Amino acid sequence: MSPELTNLITHAQELNDDFDMTAVRTWKQAESGRKAIGHMPMYVPRELIHAAGILPVGIVGAGERLEIIRGDAYFQSYICHIPRSTIELALSRRLDVLDGMLFPSICDVIRNLSGMWAMLFPERYVRYVDLPQNFEPGAGGIYWRRELEILREDFGRLSGRPIEDAALRNSIAVYNENRSTIRELYRARSRQPWVYPTSEVYVLLRAGNLLPPEDHTALLREYLHLAPLETDRRDRDQSRVVLVGMFCEQPPLGLLLTLERAGCWVVDDDLLLGLRWILGDILCAGDPLQALVEAFLTQSAETAARYLPNGQHGLALVDSVRRNRAEGVIFCSPSFCDPALLEQPMLMTRLDREGIPHTQFKYSEDTGQFAVIREQAGTFSDSIRLWSQA
Amino acid sequence: MTAASPSPRVPTEGDKEPSMLLQKQMIAGHYTALSRAPQEGRKVVYTFVPGNLTELLRSFDLLPVLPEINALQSGMRKLSGDYIAEAEKHGHSEDVCTYVKCDIGMLKKGNIGPTGERLPPPDLLLLSYTGCFTFMKWFELLRQEYDCPVAMLHVPYQSEGRILPYHVEYIVQQLRTEVIPKLEQVSGRRYDEDRLRDMLRLSAQAEDDLVWVLESAKHVPSPIDAYFGGVYYIGPMFTAFRGTAEGVSYYRVLREEVEGRLREGLGPLTPEGSQEKERYRLVMEGPPNWTSFREFWKMFYDEGAVIVASSYTKVGGLYDGGFRHDPQRPLETLAEYCLGCYTNLGLPTRLALLERYIREYRADGFMINSIKSCNSFSVGQLLILRQLEQRTGVPGGFIESDLVDPRYFSAANIKNRIESYLQMLDQKRAGVNA
Repeated sequence: MSPELTNLITHAQELNDDFDMTAVRTWKQAESGRKAIGHMPMYVPRELIHAAGILPVGIVGAGERLEIIRGDAYFQSYICHIPRSTIELALSRRLDVLDGMLFPSICDVIRNLSGMWAMLFPERYVRYVDLPQNFEPGAGGIYWRRELEILREDFGRLSGRPIEDAALRNSIAVYNENRSTIRELYRARSRQPWVYPTSEVYVLLRAGNLLPPEDHTALLREYLHLAPLETDRRDRDQSRVVLVGMFCEQPPLGLLLTLERAGCWVVDDDLLLGLRWILGDILCAGDPLQALVEAFLTQSAETAARYLPNGQHGLALVDSVRRNRAEGVIFCSPSFCDPALLEQPMLMTRLDREGIPHTQFKYSEDTGQFAVIREQAGTFSDSIRLWSQA
Repeated sequence: MTAASPSPRVPTEGDKEPSMLLQKQMIAGHYTALSRAPQEGRKVVYTFVPGNLTELLRSFDLLPVLPEINALQSGMRKLSGDYIAEAEKHGHSEDVCTYVKCDIGMLKKGNIGPTGERLPPPDLLLLSYTGCFTFMKWFELLRQEYDCPVAMLHVPYQSEGRILPYHVEYIVQQLRTEVIPKLEQVSGRRYDEDRLRDMLRLSAQAEDDLVWVLESAKHVPSPIDAYFGGVYYIGPMFTAFRGTAEGVSYYRVLREEVEGRLREGLGPLTPEGSQEKERYRLVMEGPPNWTSFREFWKMFYDEGAVIVASSYTKVGGLYDGGFRHDPQRPLETLAEYCLGCYTNLGLPTRLALLERYIREYRADGFMINSIKSCNSFSVGQLLILRQLEQRTGVPGGFIESDLVDPRYFSAANIKNRIESYLQMLDQKRAGVNA
């Protein structure tokens, strides 16, 4: 690997591994009065935070590298892992760098975590972002606009300057470019997953949780430039798969590496879905708040945490399989993840109807042993290749 | 502990109070009506307890089915284990809500309801998304099974514990544009607001009596158990009988009985007769376990423990907080009802409510029954435990079980914990620092 590419990936990895969030602290210290707001996975209107001059910081727990000392005392054994490590980060003062925290409506765990936050840190800004599950402009649209107006006022107050329309339009353009670059990266990976392995793509994508969006876009562009220059990256006889279920609690990097080593090229996934929740560009002209509303109503990704009004569960997944020429689907969900695990039977029914092979297993962000997963994924990949040759 | 505890007297036929017989009759009648619905051309709407719109459904002559109630009834009748296994066989994870799996399993095994009669398939799924994320996925799953329409009502969460006007407007708009048109379509009737007002008026009457019954537990000793007994008291109100004359009659009869118990100085009625001595007054947070409901209850009344207030009896409406259905504002009042259900309230509001109960009901302690299936209730309970102890100085106990999965009820372990907790209360009373 070239030193440039090595440095790029190492830089992103170091950002992700740094629980003290040095990058965020450095960003805040660079200018007096700068603020940062954390948000749990999935969708929050980062454009509004950015337009206030505040840094949005994605919080996705702490993976397998943080020892949970106090976090376990707050959660029963049957609750997923991400709230434990997030509370651990907060109680160990690593999240003190954040001037507020947003909890979007993913599930009851994250919802109640917002209340715990309010009880544990009463002096800090906390807001539960209750995304509309009604996607009609006259109902959910009006409600969501009111929620956005409140957030706009809150962020303006936190930053000390009201958010002007021009600033919001600019932020929308910045995030359009960021999402567009992510989409370009995903298309490139789908075409040549051996050039853009998921274990690298993920690390670079995740850096977007911590970097200003302009810097993150530049990082991704550099990767898109450097990765194809690696001459020793060649296709192997691997199966093309789509990963589903990783939109909130993130898998350890070792799991993604394991899947690739077990014979799977990941050609699409829902990792860190919040960074690319809005599927297309948001209108930069006109009323920017209304543009955010309409984008949410009409361009939201299909995922387990939202209501699908048309009852067409799995169509987006089947479309992804077709578009990315995938040969199978791996349901890879965190243990005790209600949205992912309740959704799974519906998606499996759809895949069965379409004749698309699938397998499933669970993980936790601190899973350390991958032998069983490797065996299962390897068997799945082998079986796909055997079937496709038959 | 058991040796020193008061022993309830042997039950007699007279222990079946008129309200119990009446409720039994009402519920049996409802299930019979459901089983005959297809033959009689009546339409059926499946919906949930929290945020249920029973008056609205009834105003269209629609019959409600509440899958949670079917699941808990299956749990009490020892059927849920098989149903859950059936659902897991069909790919449902062992990690998720057992109400959902019990319901899916029951459907897969022929949809025979708790009374042994076949439940009709839904003509509409009314998804009132109040206080529980799982509800949404549950009805998406049922929609796939039944291939029937869904009316979705998104109820914003009260994270800050206050209802804002735009929350009410959002719900009313959904009622007007999503729910009512679908109810009209399914029922073939036009929306009749006057009829709805009449029903809401009946609801408010019954709600007054329910609140009186629940608050009778402020009396020392309490004439009721507000958790184990309470789940029976909320039955008609939380299910199919709000807004009906039958519901009003039931709560009137119940109130008169409790008034009688107070006059006679009787304790709560248990399956083994009246509880004769009240040794501990407790507040309970969390739903009960249904698969071993009586065994669980006995662990308390054998020790002389009475639950004087509980949060579970507020999942279908927080009437003791002052809310009443208001016939003058029919859709707005339904919206406010949905917003105010217990599990739709942020944790700080839940904590404040439990604190109020401990103080107003003069509780000696509080206990949390943490339910594996129910993240809506369970996440944050360990923090509630600590903060409630700090705020009130009253000790809390913590036990774990499940709603309807018999694999998660460890009787010996739970009994041991309850007894240890009550011993600790005794020591505290005696001024011993444990």
